[in-house]
Amino acid sequence: MAGMRKTSLRLPFHWTAGYSVLLGLVVVLILAFTSVIKLELVVNGLFLGTIIGLGAIGLSLVYGIHGFAHIAHGDFMTLGAYTSLFTLGVFLPRIGLDNVGLGPFTFGYPLFIALPLSMLFLVALAIGLDKGIYSRLRRRGVSSVVMAMTSLGVAIALRGLVQFVWGGGTEQYPRVSKDFYQLPMGVRIPPDNLFIVALTVIMVVALYLFLTRTRTGKAMRATSDNAELARVTGINTEHVLWWTWAISAALAATAGVLLAVFQAQLFPIMGWRFLIPLFAAVILGGIGNPWGALIGALIIGVSSEVSTQWLNPAYKTVISFAIMIVMLLLRPRGIFGVRD
Amino acid sequence: MSLLEARDIVAGYGETEILHGVSITVEKNQIVTIIGPNGSGKSTLLKTIFGLLRPKQGSVRFNGEDITGTPPETMVRKGLCYVPQSSNVFPSLSIHENLEMGAFVRKDDYSQRIREVYDLFPDLIKRKNDRAGTLSGGQRQMLAVARALMVDPVMLLLDEPSAGLAPNLVASVLQIIIGINQAGVAILLVEQNAREALKLSSRGYILASGQNQLEDDGNKLLNNPDVARLYLGG
Amino acid sequence: MEFQGILNYLVGFAIMAVIYSIFTLGLNVHWGYTGLFNIGVAGFFALGAYTSALLTTATPDPLKFEDYIFGGNLPALLGVFNLGIDLWFLVALLGAGAVCGLMALIIGSVTIRLRGDYLAIVTLGIAESVRYIFLNEKWLANGSKGLYRIPKYLGDWVSPQHYDYLFLVVVLIVLVVIYVAVERTIKSPWGRVLKAIREDELTAAASGKNVFSFKLQSFMLGAFIMGIGGALYAHNIRFIDPRTFDPLLATFIIWAMLMVGGSGNNKGAILGAFTVWGIWAGTQFLPGFLSDPNFRFIMVGLLIVVVILLRPGGILGEERKISASAAPPNKVAPPDA
Repeated sequence: MAGMRKTSLRLPFHWTAGYSVLLGLVVVLILAFTSVIKLELVVNGLFLGTIIGLGAIGLSLVYGIHGFAHIAHGDFMTLGAYTSLFTLGVFLPRIGLDNVGLGPFTFGYPLFIALPLSMLFLVALAIGLDKGIYSRLRRRGVSSVVMAMTSLGVAIALRGLVQFVWGGGTEQYPRVSKDFYQLPMGVRIPPDNLFIVALTVIMVVALYLFLTRTRTGKAMRATSDNAELARVTGINTEHVLWWTWAISAALAATAGVLLAVFQAQLFPIMGWRFLIPLFAAVILGGIGNPWGALIGALIIGVSSEVSTQWLNPAYKTVISFAIMIVMLLLRPRGIFGVRD
Repeated sequence: MSLLEARDIVAGYGETEILHGVSITVEKNQIVTIIGPNGSGKSTLLKTIFGLLRPKQGSVRFNGEDITGTPPETMVRKGLCYVPQSSNVFPSLSIHENLEMGAFVRKDDYSQRIREVYDLFPDLIKRKNDRAGTLSGGQRQMLAVARALMVDPVMLLLDEPSAGLAPNLVASVLQIIIGINQAGVAILLVEQNAREALKLSSRGYILASGQNQLEDDGNKLLNNPDVARLYLGG
Repeated sequence: MEFQGILNYLVGFAIMAVIYSIFTLGLNVHWGYTGLFNIGVAGFFALGAYTSALLTTATPDPLKFEDYIFGGNLPALLGVFNLGIDLWFLVALLGAGAVCGLMALIIGSVTIRLRGDYLAIVTLGIAESVRYIFLNEKWLANGSKGLYRIPKYLGDWVSPQHYDYLFLVVVLIVLVVIYVAVERTIKSPWGRVLKAIREDELTAAASGKNVFSFKLQSFMLGAFIMGIGGALYAHNIRFIDPRTFDPLLATFIIWAMLMVGGSGNNKGAILGAFTVWGIWAGTQFLPGFLSDPNFRFIMVGLLIVVVILLRPGGILGEERKISASAAPPNKVAPPDA
């Protein structure tokens, strides 16, 4: 494992930080209900934030346990989205499964087949990349920056692969249009977004149970705390590293598929463009802290959506980048990071 | 046959050689203490015995088996555990989880063992659900030793378990070490509080500049005027 | 006639290879000599190109529906001070370098103190932000319509069909000047401190060197060089828009060039630029999928990975022991207390 590690998968909140986040939330809600900002933007931001969160949790886990910035994470998302495109658009229709418009949703039950397949594919890819590339570099003892550099090469190759197979254009999952839910205060919610939130909640709860209840999950947290001590204690840290890849790749695949559903389109650069919000969320929450990353993601999601009330929507990424810079200036260890 | 036998160990970090041929022997059920000035290579010796550093020369035998350079996981399975000097608990894990990690290599049911360990360290059970990061220095050392005991080890390698502790705590840590030893666990101890440590040791080694200087029974070393002058602070 | 066509193609190829060599030299200052992980080369590329273009392009013509509001029109502004050798060009290049150096100063003072990979994320963010800003702020640089009246340097010295030969000489001269400057800098006392920091940051800091300030200066120097590269690109193609600065051809390929040639080695950087640009430009003549730009895209990524795995020193290897890719044995554990 390369690089220094001064972070951990902390579960309890740092109280002052927790309160300031709550305070922020209250302020945003007051502003929304007094119509200073549009409530719909806040709600949309929360939806976007859950997707950023799924990606950022995995990115944070890899960052904390493997100790390097995994630059291919966005392209993991892209590949996850595109493998589902293959399953939904080519594979399943061939065997007669082309249902769309399940209940209030734009997609059909085939998505429940496509998503696990995407997750499996990404897990296999991540572990294959580790065996073929990253584990060799670990044994050589290279620095965290060289590991990140390597993941940049992987990112480029993966995006090239997506463009080679599917071309550079915009694609869509098979879908039918559905009516939005109309709520008070001008809030409209696409039903798909409820599915996105429900799935995110399920996955986050599952991850929480895994990290706190299982032997492997606890070993992951131990390794994130102190990899050297974990080895000394007899934990098989190589297995822990593989588990970390598996979990973060599965989460990235899910995030990719949900992003494709959320924005109703896929394009090869969608994951790369997502990298800035992902890293912003990870840094906000404190590197290596998955729960911090989730909170960070919600903050990034809401602020970039709300910014569109005054700014060109094209600047959403710039807004997340600006928040990240401010965080690096004021508190580089993140909201929930503890000095250690 | 000795329990642990390290012969002519030459080891160091990269180019820097720190140990220039150190030998050490521990018998079953013994407490053996290594003392020596700062930088004499005591910690390096423990790390080399535990396989964290691969010796350039020399061999380590444990229970008659050559274990030179074996990975830590295998060492723990064989009943040899190592407690580092600092950063030796997982701060974000609870005390109970720290103990569970100590039993990581065990596939059997260790609930009985965890009760025994809590009996030995009653302070820990009161706080079993607190994060280890919230413990005091002394409690952390206790937890680190307790975690190593989870596999029912044959032998413990302890690197300055009393480092940075208040004098009254030093005494209680050493008392616990005696207790563990009386339960049948051999102990190889590196200690700053040389006098107290030698008192409870059956044998002692003096290391200086990466070489064996002297070895003898603990009491004899204590009563040796040269040792007292040079290594025990007068 | 056929021969003339091939020659023209080769000259065009060589100009781009030389410009890429300049970027690779700049990146070598960052990565090879200082270990700074900059994955936002495209940001400096764009900033340099736009600065030079905006300084020299004529003021906007309302009849042409141009949206930008400022064109420096330097060639006309300098007038006789061009001394018959188009001195405006030098001013534009230095201006482009200075803007990039300033940007590096700002980014660097925020991030260089922090852990190494933060710089990667921040430079990536800058590159994306710069692109978004040039795309959306039409008043700044004409948005997606781009700037297309970028003047030629010494355009009236030779006929248009022979102009590329002249410009090749110009970029070669700039390359040589930068190469010599970087070599000298690296061998100067300043470069020796940089080397000391690379090899053992703690010892360098302990001996009283301001590690942060040295890294920051190196970051600014590399960015300055990239700015000049961007300016040369702008005056070569004479049309730029935000799409020009796509990460593939403005960042990734430059990384592949440096890794292939050998980071920490200026000759290697130039060799790498020519090799990779040769492969990139050459493969378009291959049959079937081999010439598919997306296939070549995959190859750029794989090239970086394969070089790190199999030949961390690149073709020429490290001239001196370099920062991170030299793979030092893990010196984690300190000697015992």
